[in-house]
Amino acid sequence: MRDPDQPELTAPARAAIVRDSLAVGLATGTYGVSFGAVSVAAGLSVAQTCALSLVMFTGASQFALVGVLAAGGGPLSAALTALLLGTRNTLYGLRLAPLLSWSGWRRAGAAHLLIDESTAMSVTRPSTAAARVGFLVTGLSIFVLWNLATLAGAVAGSAIGDPRTYGLDAAVGGAFLALLWPRLRDLRTRIVAVAAVAVALGTVPLSPAGVPVLAAGGVALLAGVLWRTGDRRPAP
Amino acid sequence: MTWAALLVAGVGCYLLKLGGLAVPLHVLERPVVQRVADLIPVALLAALVAVQVFAAGHGLALDARAAGLGAAVVLLVVRAPFLVVVFGAALVAALVRLL
Repeated sequence: MRDPDQPELTAPARAAIVRDSLAVGLATGTYGVSFGAVSVAAGLSVAQTCALSLVMFTGASQFALVGVLAAGGGPLSAALTALLLGTRNTLYGLRLAPLLSWSGWRRAGAAHLLIDESTAMSVTRPSTAAARVGFLVTGLSIFVLWNLATLAGAVAGSAIGDPRTYGLDAAVGGAFLALLWPRLRDLRTRIVAVAAVAVALGTVPLSPAGVPVLAAGGVALLAGVLWRTGDRRPAP
Repeated sequence: MTWAALLVAGVGCYLLKLGGLAVPLHVLERPVVQRVADLIPVALLAALVAVQVFAAGHGLALDARAAGLGAAVVLLVVRAPFLVVVFGAALVAALVRLL
């Protein structure tokens, strides 16, 4: 589908997008090792861990699900936390839909690859052709590597004994913080983060595991509805 | 039960992705939807960090995990890659437990 309004994708430009996308894919896919190890440490089986990476395939939600289970939370609150975190992919989809302009089964297939990195590597492209290359190469390379790395981490993790000896419980906190870090870019998000921490820690003694995290989600709801000033620039 | 929860959450996460690609644009154009959607990951991730590091059953605790988190902060400030942050946090927590 050639749109005369869009710049043509030249061979060198395509090669550059493929190269950049593969680099991101390699860097991101390999940290599936940490997910595999952490998930097994949280008490999931190797098969369950691999199923999560295959079916859910969105890192923050996967870490959240096993994190809540590891803290003793019920499966329901673990699933809800994962789904709430998954809502950001919906936003990415809304932003990418007109750019990628796929429909039918192609759209259904592409949806599975819709994650932070595939969005980042396609959303800034000047044409549909360029955006599709960035999206597919990034998404597919991460999907393949993420799942292989998950299996490797899960098998290694289940062979090493008590994961706390190796600090893997602290690794989960580090992973969440690394995912959060780039979002702490303005005062509003920092205040929401601090308030969420306070709500979560305040409700730990009062509620079953998993509930404090969901209660903190209420902070975002409240802040989003009430805090109208300083309206944001268009999201990146 | 765990299998059911993770399959439901997995399929749900896929449908959330597909929904974004398929839903008409005007839904997102409401600013309140944008603000809430932008802040939900921030609140959840911050809460997950806090609970993961400071909760111990129904109490709060300051232990080796906090040292690991401190290491993660330092590594993030110096712009270390994700893997280095994650394993750095693990390493420091493990070393503190050895002491």
